Amino acid sequence: MTAVFLGIPTAPPGVGHLRGDRSFPDAARDSLRDGQLRANLGHATATIRGKRAAVVGEVPDWAELREAGRAIKAATMARLDEHLIALEEQVTARGGTVHWARDATEANAIVTRLVQATGADEVVKVKSMATQEIGLNEALEAAGIAAHETDLAELIVQLGEDTPSHILVPAIHKNRAEIREIFLRTMPGVDPELPDDPRRLAMAARAHLRERFLRARVAISGANFAVAETGTLAVVESEGNGRMCLTLPQTLITVMGIEKVVPTWRDLEVYLQLLPRSSTGERMNPYTSLWAGVTPGDGPQDFHLVLVDNGRTAVLADEVGREALHCIRCSACLNVCPVYERAGGHAYGSVYPGPIGAVLSPQLTGVEDNASLPYASSLCGACYDVCPVAIDIPSILVHLRAEHVEAQTRTTPEALAFRALSTAMSHPRLWRLAQRAAGLGRFLARGRPTLPATLPPPASRWTRSRDLPTPPAETFTQAWAREHGG
Amino acid sequence: MNAREEILGRIRTALGPDRPAPAEVRRDYRLADGRPPGDPALLDLLIDRLEDYKASVVRCAPPDVAVTVAGALRGALGEHSPAGVVVAPGVPSGWRPDGAVEDDGRPAVALAEHAATLTGVSVAIAETGTLVLDGSPLSGRRALSLLPDCLVCVVEAAQVVGSVPEGLARLDPLAPLTMISGPSATSDIELQRVEGVHGPRTLVVVLVG
Amino acid sequence: MRVALFATCLVDTMVPQVARATAVLLQRLGHEVVVPPGQSCCGQMHVNTGYRREAVPVVANHVRAFAGAEAIVAPSGSCVASIHHQQAAVARRAGEHALADEAAALAERTYELSQFLVDVLGVTDVGAYYPHRVTYHPTCHSLRMLKVGDRPLRLLRAVRGLDLVELPAADQCCGFGGTFAVKNAETSTAMLTDKMANVLSTHAEVCTAGDASCLMHIGGGLSRLRSGTRTVHLAEILASTEDAVSPHQATTPAVSA
Repeated sequence: MTAVFLGIPTAPPGVGHLRGDRSFPDAARDSLRDGQLRANLGHATATIRGKRAAVVGEVPDWAELREAGRAIKAATMARLDEHLIALEEQVTARGGTVHWARDATEANAIVTRLVQATGADEVVKVKSMATQEIGLNEALEAAGIAAHETDLAELIVQLGEDTPSHILVPAIHKNRAEIREIFLRTMPGVDPELPDDPRRLAMAARAHLRERFLRARVAISGANFAVAETGTLAVVESEGNGRMCLTLPQTLITVMGIEKVVPTWRDLEVYLQLLPRSSTGERMNPYTSLWAGVTPGDGPQDFHLVLVDNGRTAVLADEVGREALHCIRCSACLNVCPVYERAGGHAYGSVYPGPIGAVLSPQLTGVEDNASLPYASSLCGACYDVCPVAIDIPSILVHLRAEHVEAQTRTTPEALAFRALSTAMSHPRLWRLAQRAAGLGRFLARGRPTLPATLPPPASRWTRSRDLPTPPAETFTQAWAREHGG
Repeated sequence: MNAREEILGRIRTALGPDRPAPAEVRRDYRLADGRPPGDPALLDLLIDRLEDYKASVVRCAPPDVAVTVAGALRGALGEHSPAGVVVAPGVPSGWRPDGAVEDDGRPAVALAEHAATLTGVSVAIAETGTLVLDGSPLSGRRALSLLPDCLVCVVEAAQVVGSVPEGLARLDPLAPLTMISGPSATSDIELQRVEGVHGPRTLVVVLVG
Repeated sequence: MRVALFATCLVDTMVPQVARATAVLLQRLGHEVVVPPGQSCCGQMHVNTGYRREAVPVVANHVRAFAGAEAIVAPSGSCVASIHHQQAAVARRAGEHALADEAAALAERTYELSQFLVDVLGVTDVGAYYPHRVTYHPTCHSLRMLKVGDRPLRLLRAVRGLDLVELPAADQCCGFGGTFAVKNAETSTAMLTDKMANVLSTHAEVCTAGDASCLMHIGGGLSRLRSGTRTVHLAEILASTEDAVSPHQATTPAVSA
């Protein structure tokens, strides 16, 4: 059963950042040639892979935690409506207001309206994938509201007029020298002698944002988890920018995808072990903030929770693909992915890059709008191995390839070839003939052990960089039959 | 149809009329560390984890908390005005350094003018080096442990548990909670860890008992 | 034991010496080898490229060809992984439940070569002789889907004359990935380049693996570079003895320059 069949809308085009303007192979072509990018990414992903492996290795019950993490998410999705209703009740009972948004456009309108109601013309933001996804900053800007990103990496991206390329470390594609250049160019009053030492760069960001935190009246955050039974929200972070936003302003607006709900408080004991070790490679991230509604005298006195669908229910309708909704955005799959490491996050064209992006983005938008992403994987399976909630990403990739193939209304040359091959491979006599035809390829080699490097497409896409052996005159099964009288 | 009804309707459509019963969640991971709270080995583990993330730890006996706190503040701040230290209202008088001021509920941003904060904690988790502050008078409100650049937390041995599940079981999910594992940090530049960004750059833990 | 050999479509058509070596090895270990003539392909290429409907008749052919076999062995981790993880699933999705059950039952009796040798036959020393410096690439599907672990390495360590050298970053994909190698040819090549650099850093004469497809990729790259390092399937090494060092096993690259 597919969402298309059921009439459940996917994320609308024209708003947000789920669709690229080029196919993955085209976008990857540029990044593969960018030696600086390749060096930055190779260094960063290797570093974080090592850290993750070390801290995961010291947890004796990792496999049990991982299975519990998977099972909780599966159980949550199976009763998602009930958990969201419970969450709404609890948040409301504790002084918060819950809003529902069918898609990015509606979510942006709700948040804009809420900010305008406070009279503020600027907001401070905690790093949030959901607000990146819906393009909230652009929507606020259009309404004359300045949105200040406060996470160091998001700040780098925002000041550099760049786009994020990693879920956890959005500026992973930039090195210290490039970041220094961005700060010198865009930060008012920055020391012109600023060195490219990461500590000094971080301190420059601290100074730049300090005053903004202290004057901010409205903050916007995402949420890592929302507990249905208690109405507790959780934001996991490192720098303290999250705490600044969640604590100091009068008004807090939290934007959350509907799949982030977990049923019970106890479920956090699983995810607060799985998430930090998988994402930053730490035993625990420096700061985790948890709050339920409004606490008099402590923190924001006006709290809004915006629950966003934006294609998630369409994902939920796919029995195979819905597992992608289990993602806790740790980004471990990005860090181990050989394709991500080389092509970089921008090649995926969506705020969700890497293996999880390759299964999530096409489902949120409908596979035809991100048709090249399910193929952006060698199916090596490293992502599945490290996923803390055991999302079988390779199987979903293969499933989405089939969804794409089956959605074609016109017969492609590839489809013709695969159908012909299917017919041949299911009829032994035809298959022998096809093998013999393949063997004729040896005449192209004119006696050489490999075929020419200048074969016509699509074979050229192999032979441009790799030799192809000359097919033998006789297959193994033919020779065996000849020798054994078959 | 409003957005709420429509989204709930979509979920029901997506899951279908005969939705499968959710499979039971097996919690066969470690629910407890096995060592009782305050066990000497847990205290050692907590210290190791805190120091690994660049917090400094000093140990003392129960009567020596105030002296130890004062010494730690001198170490972190150098010579400083006693009034530069602000304490959570529930911090016992026996822990407070001379001249420290109590948080009186002034506007949160005014706390930024203080150099250091002294609080207790609700629970400490040894395995991850985590302190949890719960917004109670002993822990103080959230801004208190955030704005001053140096944070001193007093942890009593009996508050130290081994594992994350044990720690969460002791907390009130409705309280404003802050879990702190080392000083503020970032790894956003070339994955190199830098301690101290927006939160307190110095974290001192006084472990009592 | 009577062993049915599944050559796989790629080996049968492109590198028949790998299937030959598998047969020779099993016979030398005292087993009867049969090669069911109706065999063609496991269907993996169709499934992984999105043609799961078209894969169903291919799966049906495979099940027909090997019906009644006591044990089936293939010199390919990837194809065996597909037989274990994909065949029954695509049949079931197409509503072919009887076929799915048969495929699942057949998968139970289907083994990758190193797993068959170590787990079923209980041998690690197969009496091979291969006087070359060799590095081993654990292909992704053998490593992660079949979890062959160190079985190939145990087999290689028991080969007389063989100098086994560790491959740096061995668990990194070589970039083959079936149609990935052509659909994302440039990313695939970037991955291959790193794999080749690691292979060449070992100064091995031979890079071996349990999958002819990955070897064709790595070997095709090494051959294009005229590196002199060649790829040889694990079965070819294990089939090699002092008495029977056939020329293509010992002296000529699998994909020669």
